[in-house]
Amino acid sequence: MLEIRGLTKSFGALRATDAVDLDVQEGETLAIIGPNGAGKTTLISQLAGNLRPDAGTIRFAGEDITRLPAPKRSRKGFARSFQITSVYPDFTALENVALAVQAHAGHSFRFWRPTRGDAALTGPARRVLEEVGLGARSDVLAVNMSHGEHRQLEVAMALATRPRLLLLDEPMAGMGIEESQLMISLLASLKGGHTIVLVEHDMDAVFRLADRIAVLVYGRVIATDSPEKIKMNEEVRKAYLGEEA
Amino acid sequence: MKSRIILWILTVALLIALPPAVLAIGQPFYLDLVRRVMIFAIAAISLNLILGYGGLVSFGHAAYLGIGGYAVGILGFYGFHNGWLQWGVAIGASALVAAAIGAVSVRTSGIYFIMITLAFTQMLYYLGISLEEYGGDDGMRLKARSQFPLIDLGDPVVFYYLVLAFMLLSVYFTYRIVNSRFGMVLRAAKSNEARSRAIGFSPYPYRLAAFVIAGAMCGLAGALLVNHTNYLTPDFMHWTRSGEVMFMVILGGMASTAGPVLGAFALLLVEDLLSGWTEHWQVILGPLLILSVVFFRRGLAGMFYKPDA
Amino acid sequence: MIWGLVFEQLLNGLQFGVMLFLMAAGLTLVFGIMNLINLAHGSLYMVGAYLALAATQWTGNYLAGVALGFLATLVVGMLVEVVALRTLYERDHLDQVLATFGLILFFNELVAILWGRAALYTSLPPWLRGHIDLFTGSSYPVYRAVVIGVGLLVAVILWYVVTRTRLGMLIRAGASNRTMVAALGVNIRLLYTVVFGFGAALAGLAGLMAGPIYAVQPGMGELILIQVFVVIVIGGIGSIRGALVGAVIVGIVDTMGRAFLKPLLGHFISPPAAEAAGPALASMLIYLLMAVVLAVRPAGLFPSRGG
Repeated sequence: MLEIRGLTKSFGALRATDAVDLDVQEGETLAIIGPNGAGKTTLISQLAGNLRPDAGTIRFAGEDITRLPAPKRSRKGFARSFQITSVYPDFTALENVALAVQAHAGHSFRFWRPTRGDAALTGPARRVLEEVGLGARSDVLAVNMSHGEHRQLEVAMALATRPRLLLLDEPMAGMGIEESQLMISLLASLKGGHTIVLVEHDMDAVFRLADRIAVLVYGRVIATDSPEKIKMNEEVRKAYLGEEA
Repeated sequence: MKSRIILWILTVALLIALPPAVLAIGQPFYLDLVRRVMIFAIAAISLNLILGYGGLVSFGHAAYLGIGGYAVGILGFYGFHNGWLQWGVAIGASALVAAAIGAVSVRTSGIYFIMITLAFTQMLYYLGISLEEYGGDDGMRLKARSQFPLIDLGDPVVFYYLVLAFMLLSVYFTYRIVNSRFGMVLRAAKSNEARSRAIGFSPYPYRLAAFVIAGAMCGLAGALLVNHTNYLTPDFMHWTRSGEVMFMVILGGMASTAGPVLGAFALLLVEDLLSGWTEHWQVILGPLLILSVVFFRRGLAGMFYKPDA
Repeated sequence: MIWGLVFEQLLNGLQFGVMLFLMAAGLTLVFGIMNLINLAHGSLYMVGAYLALAATQWTGNYLAGVALGFLATLVVGMLVEVVALRTLYERDHLDQVLATFGLILFFNELVAILWGRAALYTSLPPWLRGHIDLFTGSSYPVYRAVVIGVGLLVAVILWYVVTRTRLGMLIRAGASNRTMVAALGVNIRLLYTVVFGFGAALAGLAGLMAGPIYAVQPGMGELILIQVFVVIVIGGIGSIRGALVGAVIVGIVDTMGRAFLKPLLGHFISPPAAEAAGPALASMLIYLLMAVVLAVRPAGLFPSRGG
């Protein structure tokens, strides 16, 4: 589904992404892990379409999307959630998700009918909110929601675009133990029906959710393997010395 | 929501009752004043669409007042007094120019956009000055007001009600637009552009369309304005006028339906009051505006209710 | 003979460009480093012109007047920064535009109260009044040549400061990454005040040099300010080099356009049509140029902010 070849990005003398090769099969969950400064954010930005790589290609469902801008990637079925919550603070949860639905419901050059009562938008939005567990909080303004709910909302908005691939950037970021468990269950429930690329620090989540794990250190992928093999990988252990493992 | 509707009904009722009231007490001046305020309210409503809801800080909106005015003035100069034709051209020409300017500037953002819109408006102002044929610097009187069947714009009361109708229509149109799918894309792009792009919206076409709509609506205000003053002048397009309209939007409360109307009334009434005291009223207005920006963030509408559509 | 005329207009264009550069350099630095859009920059230009005029009349000596006017403008600039602009650094561009718009209204009216609305002209001392002979055979006003000289000198000094001194390094760093500079422990407050002072001084200098050539009247600042915007859009925000290149281009295009477009057009279309279209087109020329540059290079010719 996703094929990354030789992806390279430098900032001056710093090689943030160093000839990265990665494959993601349809339906699998690939986790990308690595110590801080490994270049995960830069990699995500290039995958999402916010940063132009210096070299290399990204192919999505057989199509070259390397130079495609972010909105077009989304329309091709590529959804992402943000590490630092990025929602519409002055809209309700329902309105937030309805916007995501709207973005994929053809063009929006409709000037008259209010979106508030438009079942074609609110119906699917409510369903997605139920799915992520925010059903009861649909009419709360995003700015009034808790951090954990924000992370759920991020996932909801990604889901509402009916994606073929989900790129989740640290969905667990800043969550307490209980909230994390809820999020892990949510993501686990998504596993079967979606292809997921998961960037995470939370190793519990990674080992429970990932089918395969890729380890990124100083911009290079040093290992890609099943969770068990990664656990025992010497190089990975060295890279994580001092980090949780 | 209920209280808002009541406030609107009250305001409309007051505005409807104004002409007979001021005529009864022998003060027709107020008829002119409020009519002028309402024309600028239309301009402010149009700017609110792209500025308040869309986040596009356009410092060039006065250009469309000018284009609308000049369309009427120039056609009238050559003997075409038909109101439908004149106002149609006013709106159409404004839309075209907005499309041209927007095509180049809407792609930019932040400081660039502000400077560029200001520059283009200045260009049109200079163009207006250089058209000696139509009065150049000094401007010229209209040969005749726009002619409509049944409606005589020379009658101050009739004209007043026409303007009131247009203002209410503008309010209603904008209200529908900002709550529609189109409006939501605009507002979403203003609220969080990165998020909007991530879910699949490309803001540019929507922003450009909004820019054109706003320009067209302001062009109508220009046609109304020139009929009101009965005099065409490049001053319609002076950049300080853009600033004034902007202030009306901010003062009134951005991204609110009533905001621009409140702002227009507030600013123009204050100006009228101050200019009654002293010829140098701008030396007072300037600091007042600064203070209002520094301290008065939510605008007037924010005092009545939380601004949203 | 025609070449003499062209060369003279070219010099005029350079002279205008140099004044645009003085304004643009200050404005673009303030944009780039402090992220502040200051519409009142034109007011400082105007204040410079008026204060120099007043000081010259008061002291009876041109140089003393100019020096006093310059210093006084610097003081006014600092005052404005401390009193009005400090609160705006944190605010968004819209608020800055509106607040500085209020400042413009205030200054224009203040100046009208103190000196009236009629256009004033600074008179020049005898040693600046003559003409010098050009190699083309025609003569050129001494004063305008001095303006060009001063402007180029300032450009060189600015280049030196920005590329060769520590302060310049801070300025360049601040222009490309403000938060980083603050994080490195540099006294941002002080840097801002210095940068703003620079800008005010340059605007004041442009203003006092403008006195003898252009009309000194309320609103003169905004006329040139909008052209300065065009310069900055063409040159790229935050870039001094862009400001210089942009200013020279705009200065020359505008001056040559106003001088030669009408006669040029007269060769292709009927004289009465050229009479009408010429000035109109000439006044629009630099804005059309701006549109073209924007279409091709949306970030200007020398953008200083990294991608």
